[in-house]
Amino acid sequence: MPSFGEKLRNSQVYKSIFRHPLPLDRRHRVLVILTNFFLHLHPVSIRRQGIALSYTWCMGGLTFFFFLVETVTGVLLMFYYRPVAEHAYGDMLALRDATSMGILRELHRWGAHAMVIAVWLHTYRVFLTGSYKKPREFNWGVGVILLMLTLLLSFTGYLLPWDQLAMWAVTVGSNMARATPLLGQEGPGAALLTVDGIDLITSASDARFALLGARFVGENALLRFYVLHCVAIPLGAALLMAIHFWRVRKDGGISGPL
Amino acid sequence: MVDPVSYKEFIADISGPLGWFFVVLTAMNLVAAARTLLGGGGASLFHRKVLRFSMGHLWLVLAVWFAIQAVMCFRADPASIAWVAMPTWAKQWIDRWMSPTWYTMGLLGALLGMFLARRFFVQPPVAWLTLNLSLWFLGASLTDQNFFQIVSKPDNVPIVGMVYLLGFFTWLSAYRAVQNDDRLARGEPPLEAVDKEKTLVWPDLVYIELICMVAVTALLIVWAIVLKAPLEEPANAAHTPNPSKAPWYFLGLQELLVYFDPWLAGVVLPGLILFGLIAIPYLDPNPEGVGYYTIKRRPFAYVVFQFGFLGLWISLILMGTFLRGPNWSFFGIYETWDVHKSATLQHYNLSDYFWIWMLGRELPTAILWREMPGLVLMALYFVGLPILAACRLPLFRQLYAQMGWPRFAIMMLLLMWMVLLPIKMVANWQLNLQYFVAIPEWTLNL
Repeated sequence: MPSFGEKLRNSQVYKSIFRHPLPLDRRHRVLVILTNFFLHLHPVSIRRQGIALSYTWCMGGLTFFFFLVETVTGVLLMFYYRPVAEHAYGDMLALRDATSMGILRELHRWGAHAMVIAVWLHTYRVFLTGSYKKPREFNWGVGVILLMLTLLLSFTGYLLPWDQLAMWAVTVGSNMARATPLLGQEGPGAALLTVDGIDLITSASDARFALLGARFVGENALLRFYVLHCVAIPLGAALLMAIHFWRVRKDGGISGPL
Repeated sequence: MVDPVSYKEFIADISGPLGWFFVVLTAMNLVAAARTLLGGGGASLFHRKVLRFSMGHLWLVLAVWFAIQAVMCFRADPASIAWVAMPTWAKQWIDRWMSPTWYTMGLLGALLGMFLARRFFVQPPVAWLTLNLSLWFLGASLTDQNFFQIVSKPDNVPIVGMVYLLGFFTWLSAYRAVQNDDRLARGEPPLEAVDKEKTLVWPDLVYIELICMVAVTALLIVWAIVLKAPLEEPANAAHTPNPSKAPWYFLGLQELLVYFDPWLAGVVLPGLILFGLIAIPYLDPNPEGVGYYTIKRRPFAYVVFQFGFLGLWISLILMGTFLRGPNWSFFGIYETWDVHKSATLQHYNLSDYFWIWMLGRELPTAILWREMPGLVLMALYFVGLPILAACRLPLFRQLYAQMGWPRFAIMMLLLMWMVLLPIKMVANWQLNLQYFVAIPEWTLNL
């Protein structure tokens, strides 16, 4: 008598979804990696030392995992949150008081902090093991950009609660854009960009204005940061992550002594 | 002055959680004691005839000590808490000695000391004792209302966690690096090269990933339940909080605003940090040390990175988070954030010092002549010192030979900018020196 599990695994439906039997023997443990979309990111076999926790600290993987956590909790938060000045703060209160469990925002915020810390630790480990050296130079650069995007993701999200903490932290941060050389109103060289005595770079046309959509942090900034936070930067980060992971494989897998 | 009634309420609030904190410390040390004593007791600290006091006994003593602290916390009255708390004289002493210079130079000095004496500090018992000391310091300090207020801000809690994670991983990497350096000196391969076996990703790697994900998810959920995300008053453009701080990971950059023009602090220096990080693989001519922890095989890279990461980036974040209060004034860790504490001392530029103070004249009107001392100094610093290093210092001579002049020049430019930062900070604090080169006419202040 075949068991229920065996019957299930021999059914047409199961076989159409999973392209291999349970990975119980060596042959199928290889096949499962090769034929499964989610697992094919991995090589089939790997040096045992290369995956020791004391070597990798698991921080790169955890950074990616936190990105997934942020995506899932972020999508759920988008159901409740409206990026307009009159509703944003009220939606925060409702998220705390009216949603079941009421820890969605906590998961998202602490996940974001954890992602920043994890990506720093990952970079730290990669440096300390000399893993940026030939042939991995380019992928290290991709990683640095990803690190920066992580910080920008966190920074753009910081504004969305629309409380005093958010508004003034972003004011302090975005004030720096005002000083961009050439393109910032108070930056050096801004006065050089004039046509027939008319300044091209003013408080209504400089780098800070482009970021905030206004001369100060207001409802336009809220909308811009929302779109950057939920769409633009995650898409950029996803593309770079795909390249990053692909290059890890192409550049020889996880680093190890020669 | 601390209001006795509110202090009593404060003690009632924190004594429970703090008691559990000490219970955890007790348990940690009991486990350590059991492991060490069952494994022979570890190194002897004192041994005469039958009387022997070993590391294992030390952990046992610590466990008892922390257990007493826990009991004192659970009694939850000021008299009992006084047994746990950091003594007032110690707090006053620490606050009195805390200044930006002592903090920055102390931290850099401590990092250098630990680097030079790493063979001592990486020993597991030493690391364990250091961890215990720091946790005791944290627990004893949490009984201080001012310290508690800053550390327990929801966004600051992760930073405390990060400090311990950084400490742990720095220790772990140094521990392995010291072992590897010894092995390499004996002609053996590094630890990472001992096991050359390959293994299948299913199940060995996917299970590690799964367990990590489940563990971290659990941690995140507990964290989210215990600690509420901050939500302050609704945004109000008319009311500026004091202090106004950037998000914690940008506080290092905000600190730079004190010492540099905004376009340098906010645009050029972050750009240089990014450029410098991306450039590292192309600027490091040393092919050694790939895939294993080592310090001796790449001492220059190790020291420069640690100086930049722990010594500047992390150090400035900690200063910005915990030590910068209203008006961006500097406060000791137990000090009340008093809005009236003024740190706006008169600052002078190098040209003021040179023309007025040294030569007793007025500032010249011609800009370049006025700023000549600073311009010469910066030229010597950014051009002269690298050339001197390339000619005289063996390490830099070798680097120059390996890299060629364009790469060497870029590497030295980045390095000199990094080193300029603490120099400029200390000059600002100790000499009230604002800018070496001050040309506000051209928005060029350095």
